[in-house]
Amino acid sequence: MYRYDEFDAAFVHERVAQFSDQVVRRVAGDMTEEEFRPHRLMNGLYLQLHAYMLRVAIPYGTLSSRQLRKLGRIARVYDKGFGHFTTRQNIQYNWPALKDIPAILGELAEVEMHAIQTSGNCIRNVTADHFAGAARDEVADPRPYAEILRQWSSIHPEFSFLPRKFKIAVTGAAHDRAAIRVHDIGLEVRRNEAGEIGFRVLVGGGQGRTPMLAREVNAFVPEKDLLAYIDAIMRVYNLYGRRDNKYKARIKILVHETGLDELKRQIEAEFEAIKDGVLTLPADEVERIEAYFAPPVFPERPAASASFEAARAADREFDRFARVNLHPHKTPGYTSLTISLKPIGGIPGDASADQMDVVADLAERYAFDEIRVSHEQNLVFPHVALDDVHAVWSVLKEHGLATANAGLVTDIIACPGLDYCALANARSIPVASRISERLGDPDRQEAIGPLSIKISGCINACGHHHVGHIGILGVDKKGVEVYQLTLGGSPDETAAIGEIVGPGFDSDQIVDAVETVVDTYLKLRSSPDETFLAAYRRVGEAPFKEALYGA
Amino acid sequence: MPQIVTANSLIEGDVVFRTADGGWVRDIDAAGVLADKAAAEAAHAAALQDVKAAKVVDVALIDVTAEAGKVVPVKLRERIRAFGPTVKSDHRADLKPFTA
Ligand code: SF4
Repeated sequence: MYRYDEFDAAFVHERVAQFSDQVVRRVAGDMTEEEFRPHRLMNGLYLQLHAYMLRVAIPYGTLSSRQLRKLGRIARVYDKGFGHFTTRQNIQYNWPALKDIPAILGELAEVEMHAIQTSGNCIRNVTADHFAGAARDEVADPRPYAEILRQWSSIHPEFSFLPRKFKIAVTGAAHDRAAIRVHDIGLEVRRNEAGEIGFRVLVGGGQGRTPMLAREVNAFVPEKDLLAYIDAIMRVYNLYGRRDNKYKARIKILVHETGLDELKRQIEAEFEAIKDGVLTLPADEVERIEAYFAPPVFPERPAASASFEAARAADREFDRFARVNLHPHKTPGYTSLTISLKPIGGIPGDASADQMDVVADLAERYAFDEIRVSHEQNLVFPHVALDDVHAVWSVLKEHGLATANAGLVTDIIACPGLDYCALANARSIPVASRISERLGDPDRQEAIGPLSIKISGCINACGHHHVGHIGILGVDKKGVEVYQLTLGGSPDETAAIGEIVGPGFDSDQIVDAVETVVDTYLKLRSSPDETFLAAYRRVGEAPFKEALYGA
Repeated sequence: MPQIVTANSLIEGDVVFRTADGGWVRDIDAAGVLADKAAAEAAHAAALQDVKAAKVVDVALIDVTAEAGKVVPVKLRERIRAFGPTVKSDHRADLKPFTA
């Protein structure tokens, strides 16, 4: 795995020292809040409803046991005993005190972690497929490229004051689990006919107030040109992106207002000018970074595991977990395993300090010391031997971590909403909990099949509601929480922005409304194999509208 | 409508309320209830001095009802600030939700 170099270490320690000093000066009153705010935001520290909130970067969602244990320790010592994993593959602490932030950042630096570039108008944490390096359908591990981008973009002087924040996601498989089409830049690693690695480049996706899907600007950028090409895009954006209006400053608006063809022309012109220059990636540098992500050595195993099959046959609950929470691995005899942070009725994405320790111990013992954070707010063991799945599951179960609902209707994404977030209009988490309780019966969930519900507490769309099969957006109507329902959204390679189905629902109607949508789907699907999304695409919104609002 | 002055404490970040004698407390019932506009403006101005003095940040005047010693913010957002998240913590039994 990637180990950050001396440059990173020196920089992070310097930054911790700098910010510690700023905290001391702020507390002593030598710095005003106006002076202090940009510094604290640069270090991932926000002031939310109840307290400060610290957002810690987890590059491409990859963690070692040692790092996860540290995150758990911070939750235990400096917070209220838990942390919250976000849709940006980060972790947020909801209750740290300002005076403790220097100590927390110091502890993070001990495990090569920090909170830099988790806020502000810079290139944020680069996200990637949570099954990277493991998934059977993958062309190549996307993380070395995410890492190259991270190194290039970290405190990049030219791109530290962009018109607006900037998000990049990378997938290594054609089946997109990283939602690249709703990022400012989405990259798909692919091979050309000669077998060479390159990137399909999509630009201008985003959610928020004006949701848009990214458009293709280049079908194949050769590996060596990755940085030069991205740099060209950033230069065009930096030059022409709007700085006069915060709501029009994202690159999606530039794509929309300039037109795709003209923008492509501008990018290509910039690219021509810098191509084959200093930004060209030398093959040995790519190899050097790839070496950090080299897959563990997997002892050879038979493709099928007798003990695993026997355990499935003996225990219905385990069998269900094996059906729902495992994902096909490249290597015979291995699997990727989703640890759901969506207990029925619980808070999506929360994990206690003890749970983090348990997961870290299991990873060390059974999962090659690797943990991933998914943008769906779950944890993942990318590599587990089938022979070990039952042992892992038994421990997870003891600690409330074995909910068999990956990808099912209670695997809900929800932003912090009005319970925590200073920008919120309505609550998200309680709605998620109530829906989860209503639809949480295991048999019913499996009968419903793959269905994603995503909830945001305001138009900023941190809960990805635009791309939920069922999306819920909380709004404030004269002091009352109202929830708008969208249907048919999708974040993958068939990405779509959901359509608002009709007038919103009160807090005490929204769960019924969701259940009505689900039941309507169950009645009209052509077979149990037709997913909610497929059925919606076949029949459109009319039957759902009728069920919700009458003829 | 009566108002109170709220803020976050600088060092802890906690939600705090301004008392009648100019202190800051976590218990909303101890807040100084401001009956009219003049009182509200005076308290607000005084609170801003405490921002300068690096005691609190994000000062705001909020509408409340105040009956029988119970102070309750009118807006849901402010009720959540005053009484905590409406979600139970999955991990801390002592963090009880309140019903908004
Ligand atoms: S969507 Fe809105 S309410 Fe939810 S976390 Fe983002 S800013 Fe806060």
